[in-house]
Amino acid sequence: MSAFEAAAGYDRQSWDRRPVAVHAAGGLGSKRIIVAYGFWIFLLSDIIMFSAFFATYAVLVGATAGGPSGRELFNLNNVAIETACLLLSSFTCGIASIGARMQRGIWFYGAMAATGILGAAFLFIEVHEFVGMVARDAGPTRSAFLSAFFTLVGCHGLHVTAGLLWLLTMMAQVFAKGYRADILRRVLCFGLFWHTLDIIWVAIFTVVYLMGVWQ
Amino acid sequence: MSNSGWERDSLYPDSAPGDESLLGQDDSEAVGSYLIGLGLATLLTIVSFFLAISGTTLVWAPSIPVALIVLAIAQMGVHIVFFLHITTGPDNVNNVLALAFGVLIVLLLLAGSLWIMANMNHNMMPMDQIMQMRH
Repeated sequence: MSAFEAAAGYDRQSWDRRPVAVHAAGGLGSKRIIVAYGFWIFLLSDIIMFSAFFATYAVLVGATAGGPSGRELFNLNNVAIETACLLLSSFTCGIASIGARMQRGIWFYGAMAATGILGAAFLFIEVHEFVGMVARDAGPTRSAFLSAFFTLVGCHGLHVTAGLLWLLTMMAQVFAKGYRADILRRVLCFGLFWHTLDIIWVAIFTVVYLMGVWQ
Repeated sequence: MSNSGWERDSLYPDSAPGDESLLGQDDSEAVGSYLIGLGLATLLTIVSFFLAISGTTLVWAPSIPVALIVLAIAQMGVHIVFFLHITTGPDNVNNVLALAFGVLIVLLLLAGSLWIMANMNHNMMPMDQIMQMRH
């Protein structure tokens, strides 16, 4: 019995008398489950961080200091295209995870490439929007409202950027090392990350853009 | 003894978050899950944008912000179930409990911040009076 099994209460002689410490089917959870669960905890803490930015934005949304409000700045056509890009990329990311599990290169690489292109299109539109706002004197230094806006939406954009780098890394690693168990765990975590970014975006397009324009 | 509660429970191994449930699904069903999620999320998004842009008189105007928030929460639920595969099944108890704790903290953070800041704004002396005190 290894030290880890002992610490987990996994004792072959008496395991039937210790139901609490024994995991499903008599063993500890597989590494895939443990890794994904740990990453799920990280994503929840990331969501909590975003909720702090959302609270800041909601408090400061009226503090325009005589500057432009969201109603004057936001272009909902762009936001609709961004939303479509992210939602479709979430779908293709799901297809890529199935492709990885079936170990079918066409599905995996094709869907990952589609995910990357859609994510890059989202990022391009967002950067274009930011540059346009700064050019018309509506940058993050203009008012507390705009500081909160750029912090919240920019933080999501940074996450998408990191996700794109991770996506390319996963394609390269699967290409170089094949569908190994450890690589597949990383692909699973990447999928969780990407879907979570889309969930955050649902909150952003509702709270920031739609409610900003409606008011 | 062979039918005791925890042994029946152990028939359901945990699912990793993101993995489809292990309880009898094949790959075509997995694609179907993502397709359903895409369809529902698209529908909810279109309704949200319609409510915000069209200035519709179909619903009472002051209810629109509430409707937008409800639609957003519904769409997050669709994403969690059909994309992240966090379900209410016995193989997902750990994932759901972690999610529930995250939601609790998010709600405390949002509601607490908005409540406290609204209270402080309410209690703050009007700006013109502060200016008079400076002179």
